[in-house]
Amino acid sequence: MEDIMSEKTGKSDQAVRQPMPEQKAEIRRRNFEEVPYGYTEEFAVKEAERCLECKKPSCMNGCPVSVDIPDFIKFIKEKKYTHAIRKIWEKNALPAVCGRVCPQENQCEGQCVLGKKGAPVAIGNLERFIADMERKNGKGDLPPKAKATGKKVAVVGSGPSGLTVAGDLVLKGHEVTMYEAFHKPGGVLVYGIPEFRLPKEIVFSEVNFLERLGVKLECNVVVGRTVELDELFEQGFDAVYLGLGAGLPKFLNIPGENLIGIYSANEYLTRSNLMKAYLFPEYDTPIVKGKNVAVFGAGNVAMDSARTAMRLGADTVHIIYRRSRNEMPARAAEIHHAEEEGIEFSLLTAPVRFVGDDKGRVTGIECIKMELGEPDASGRRSPVPVEGSKFLIECDMAVVSVGSGANPILTGTTKDLGLNKRGYIIADPETGKTTKKGVWAGGDIVTGSATVILAMGAGRMASDSMHKYLTLGW
Amino acid sequence: MFEILRREEMAGGTVVLNEISAPLIAQKAKPGQFVILKANETGERIPLTMADTDPKKGTITIIYQIVGKSTSLFKSLQVGSHFQDVIGPLGKPTHLEKLGTVVCVGGGTGVAVMHPITRGLKEIGNRVIAIIGARNKDLLILEDKMKAASHELHVCTDDGSYGHHGFVTDVLKDILAKEDVKMVAGIGPVPMMKFVSKITAEYKVKTIVSLNAIMVDGTGMCGCCRVSVGGETRFACVDGPEFDGHKVDFEELNQRLQAYKTEEAEATNKYTCQCKAAV
Repeated sequence: MEDIMSEKTGKSDQAVRQPMPEQKAEIRRRNFEEVPYGYTEEFAVKEAERCLECKKPSCMNGCPVSVDIPDFIKFIKEKKYTHAIRKIWEKNALPAVCGRVCPQENQCEGQCVLGKKGAPVAIGNLERFIADMERKNGKGDLPPKAKATGKKVAVVGSGPSGLTVAGDLVLKGHEVTMYEAFHKPGGVLVYGIPEFRLPKEIVFSEVNFLERLGVKLECNVVVGRTVELDELFEQGFDAVYLGLGAGLPKFLNIPGENLIGIYSANEYLTRSNLMKAYLFPEYDTPIVKGKNVAVFGAGNVAMDSARTAMRLGADTVHIIYRRSRNEMPARAAEIHHAEEEGIEFSLLTAPVRFVGDDKGRVTGIECIKMELGEPDASGRRSPVPVEGSKFLIECDMAVVSVGSGANPILTGTTKDLGLNKRGYIIADPETGKTTKKGVWAGGDIVTGSATVILAMGAGRMASDSMHKYLTLGW
Repeated sequence: MFEILRREEMAGGTVVLNEISAPLIAQKAKPGQFVILKANETGERIPLTMADTDPKKGTITIIYQIVGKSTSLFKSLQVGSHFQDVIGPLGKPTHLEKLGTVVCVGGGTGVAVMHPITRGLKEIGNRVIAIIGARNKDLLILEDKMKAASHELHVCTDDGSYGHHGFVTDVLKDILAKEDVKMVAGIGPVPMMKFVSKITAEYKVKTIVSLNAIMVDGTGMCGCCRVSVGGETRFACVDGPEFDGHKVDFEELNQRLQAYKTEEAEATNKYTCQCKAAV
């Protein structure tokens, strides 16, 4: 583990953040194994000792589900690991996931007092450490469940928000059935986030935990098609949570976009992650292995797509983004990892049209240079094309990763479910209640594409409200 | 797990019928809708339009041609064994309405998909003329069923070994010249659907075709099945599978269906070798 990522280090011991040991970039760029190895116990305790145990911990303000961060870190300091995991579980059912995929730099770690002068406490790395330790060494004890209430809850979607709601409500004594349209549970954690960032074994272990608690899982059920929402109430469910995810890919809407070799990020990642096309022909689902790859967009999903293409054997991978580095929405760690792995960034560059050969395969992308103009509605300086700056980037594969819209398959078949102009479900920001009685919603189908932890936060809020409804009334 | 209750081989073993236990889907499915099937853990998700459903028995029927690794694997499944995953019903059902005289054209295994639509159009009160075709007599499927589902059946073979010697489009042209046809439905290989649409365009007769684009999720999430219809990109899985044949870009569809030709050949070869080695 000598290959250690260098991080900013200060002068005193307190300021030295324990680096995360990880696979060397030149090796990992060609394999699908997880990039960071995780802290050893020694590293974890040392890192925990950096925490100042602030009386008014600002880190907690940065956490969408308000994990008692100083408390769980204190237990790590004291090597009371079971206490530490229990403390996290009080607020967060998926710590092994969040420790890996949360944008900590904008959340807990972004608020850490130590960050003002040096490096903040590595809260994410510690969360991951304690969750992995429990998974590997824990006795698998189940938390206590409340007495059965006799109420039945349907959770539609088994992504981060659905898993949170299912876990919360089963512990409160309700009978929970979770529906998943795909053949495997986990939602975006399984079809979207690659193995090298979030091993699927971790997600399945979390789902298995819920099943052991009594959650009934029904895969291959497309609510809105296989069964309609109103039929769930006819079948005896008392409340329904909709954690559908965004689930409608956005394209660039430029000429040539239907050429072979051009994928939406949803398709590219689903093929690779859920269908395991990276193991073709051992697995039957194929994927185009591009030699020169272009990825449009600069969010986490774009980084995942670019890094996947590199692992599938690309010679060059270009992230093409119409704004500048400062506006890139991806986590800092993902951008850093992508750069280390040889992903090139073509910034202030926008696609104009795709070009292809006579077989209908993509061969290149005509682009135009951009410059930053006035700030737009999002507060970011909007890019403006530079006249006469068109140029061609050769590519034999491209991934469009410019966000998602709202999938209408359920919302289009359900009466009385209020939607906003863009097709997302309208839900009360305090409770997650929709306009339809007995139905709650949260996550990307309400907010549009966001993060795992925000979806979990929405799930937590809704499950509190659902519990009140099931015990007290609407 | 979805058990196979009945299995038949047709067209000299090149086409297989499976009746599968899938009660939830059987209750909901309507003509023109499809399911996605996955044989086992390592399998691919394959979309197939249902050939029949029996809500009382809780079964759906699929009829497929053996074209590559995945369909060969499907073929190896015997009665009593299972598909690991079946998802559906997906896509929009066929819009069935009483119009007068309608023509249903089915080619190859497309006849299997055409059958419930033909039956539905007859039940609703249309005068239904059906035309079915195959390369030769041995490859022809569901002749009796199509006869029962229509008022008038024409059979064509490319080599003349049975029925009319020639393409389904020849017969279609004759009918369009003689009859006041209100609508044509064409389901079969892409070139057939393309030519059916070309001919009906000359006669200005409304035409629907069912597109067999490559898919992954089948719920509009990935955009793999995008097709150009009237110059706009549509998803075959949620906006279709049926579209106005006069607006479909068949060239693009045909090219996109070849996207994984190399990989498919590789997988099929590997599978065939393994099967031979096992024997």
